[in-house]
Amino acid sequence: MQSKSHGVVHWKLQRISAIAMIPLIIWFVSSLVFSLINGYDQSINWLQSPLNATGMVLLFGTLYFHAASGLQVVVEDYVHNEGLKIMSLILIKLLSVLLGVLSILCVLKIYL
Amino acid sequence: MAEFALPKHSKIVKGIDYPINSGAENTKKINVYRWSPDDDENPRIDSYTIDLDQCGPMVLDALIKIKQEIDSSLTFRRSCREGICGSCSMNIDGTNTLACLKSIDDVKGDINIYPLPHMEVIKDLVPDLSKAYEQLTSVKPWLQSKSDPEKGKSRKQSPKEREKIDGLWECVLCFSCSTSCPSYWWNGDKYLGPAVLLQAYRWIADSRDENTEQRLEELEDSFKLYRCHTIMNCTKTCPKGLNPAKAIGEIKKLQLERR
Repeated sequence: MQSKSHGVVHWKLQRISAIAMIPLIIWFVSSLVFSLINGYDQSINWLQSPLNATGMVLLFGTLYFHAASGLQVVVEDYVHNEGLKIMSLILIKLLSVLLGVLSILCVLKIYL
Repeated sequence: MAEFALPKHSKIVKGIDYPINSGAENTKKINVYRWSPDDDENPRIDSYTIDLDQCGPMVLDALIKIKQEIDSSLTFRRSCREGICGSCSMNIDGTNTLACLKSIDDVKGDINIYPLPHMEVIKDLVPDLSKAYEQLTSVKPWLQSKSDPEKGKSRKQSPKEREKIDGLWECVLCFSCSTSCPSYWWNGDKYLGPAVLLQAYRWIADSRDENTEQRLEELEDSFKLYRCHTIMNCTKTCPKGLNPAKAIGEIKKLQLERR
């Protein structure tokens, strides 16, 4: 979780996921505005296009990965009780995987 | 958890007020953190009003004046009084700096002086820097080389290679930067801090040093190096105008290139 050799890898992945989210978030927010204007049925339609579904899966994957690695740093910074720290880190990982899988499955359910 | 509030025995109380007796017109009130290990008292703030017409221009001059003329028990480190030795680093007017480089005129109103933040205090304005020195030793801040220079000659370095350590060698190790860094406050036992990382980079960047790979390997650690979150307090506070954040950024860049 904080093993010696993972300093640079963690740092790199955190930055790559941050950069990847810039276009994804811009795309997602503009699509959101589109769905708000066009209503429910159009939004379902929109999500059934392979390109949009791919974008959503990528967005959720990146989002939860980035959130988890950011929260990991916060916990490592501030939680100094060793037991509590390990518990929080495991909880963060489990929750982000759970929410990530759930979000992606929701996208797939509509797409398929 | 990280402790955000001061423990009970560290709460600062109001101390002794030393008003000025003569009819001096150009005066300044200086509030100084006082704590002694010899009694069980809480730390306190003593206030000294001094005559600026009878005092040198720098905050260090004021402290020396107080110690000589008002209160000889006031304890602080100082030596060169010109920003070279790095001894008189302390928190003045809310910023870590060297007392000998901080002009009294630069501070509006009273001057508040505290020891460097988040370090154990030995007495008054003297912090315990022994852990920081241990961390400095851990990065081996000296030239390491397997090859010997030509007999009777010094190690050669081109002007271009020499330029790479400009902005690094000037560091006087006052630890103003490390003690201004929140990451160092919370994790100072594991994170090396900006002062030590700048020193580490000073030897990584030196063309004469042949141990670059080993140095980088030892720094590749999620705590030693990567607790730096680019807060930039280090660069903002450096009394010598250096940029430790940039040095840390350069180390991170080199770590990326190694992988």
